[in-house]
Amino acid sequence: MDVEAAKLIGAGIAAIPLAGAGVGLGLIFGNFLAGAFRNPSAAAANQQTMLLAFALTEFTGLLGFVIAMIILYAF
Amino acid sequence: MIHAMLHPLEALGLQAAGPMEQFQILPIIPLTLGDIDISFTNSALWMTIGVAAIIVFFAMATGRRALIPGRLQSMAEILHEFVANLVRDTIGHDGKKFFPYVFTLFIYIFVANYFGLIPSIPGSAHELHTFTTTSHIIVTFSLAMVTITIVLVYGFAKNGLKFLKLFAPAGLPFVLYFLIVPIEIISFLSRPISLGVRLFANMLAGHIILKLFAGFVISLLGAGGFAMILSIAPFLGSVAIFLLEFLVAGLQAYVFAILTCIYLSDAAHAAEH
Repeated sequence: MDVEAAKLIGAGIAAIPLAGAGVGLGLIFGNFLAGAFRNPSAAAANQQTMLLAFALTEFTGLLGFVIAMIILYAF
Repeated sequence: MIHAMLHPLEALGLQAAGPMEQFQILPIIPLTLGDIDISFTNSALWMTIGVAAIIVFFAMATGRRALIPGRLQSMAEILHEFVANLVRDTIGHDGKKFFPYVFTLFIYIFVANYFGLIPSIPGSAHELHTFTTTSHIIVTFSLAMVTITIVLVYGFAKNGLKFLKLFAPAGLPFVLYFLIVPIEIISFLSRPISLGVRLFANMLAGHIILKLFAGFVISLLGAGGFAMILSIAPFLGSVAIFLLEFLVAGLQAYVFAILTCIYLSDAAHAAEH
């Protein structure tokens, strides 16, 4: 296979982590909302933790992006 | 038709630039020290602008310290309270001495992220385009290494060799330690990498997507005819991405600060595990 073609396929495959990040973000926001509706008075105190979890989870998706960029531009 | 459309756009300096061109580091004042290139670059310019803006803001805000704060002083006090609460909640009583470091880190990243979102002046030279300093891994990784160095130095200075208890939490069955200790060591070693790459990747990815959408608008406008009407779609898309980036820019500064606090808290309380 041509090296250039293999690179492009590899970069495409490196986008798969987005699926995991999507599931993770859905779980975080969904569970936060489920908890917040049950006990609205406790929601505000946990908002910071939720945002932290959002940023940590989003990062796994971005790592896939970084790998795609490395495959495309660094090799 | 195509030429008639492209011409006014190019006269304004609006070209469909590639998404990676915004990250080029270009010298503004070329300088060399022996063989080393120490040019004053656009990256250095935007760091200087950021730091200058912070200094001017806080000098103005704290210049006239009134008992009843005015608008500027309120903003400075809100920022101060925000970071002070963060440090107090995560590190606890020992946290006070780290407040200046965490505050500096937070404000610097916050301002660098938001200044990177300012649109460039159309038609200005490439060297003077807006530049996001935090979209370069050398900047974010250096900040992360400073944090980890402080954690290591303070951890060993405060706890001595008991700092190593961080890798072996007490109260586990003996056999589990063979599993836990390597995992804890790897997780500690990956901290500076994840801390640096998180900020870098967020800024890089966001700005690439912004420029991609902006590029679609220009290409569709240039294509003329029905395609020109379609260009509203990527335009609205880029507005939506900008709003997301506006959230992410603040959130990443916050996350960097809170993770720094968590790591410092580990160092401060390692012996108590």
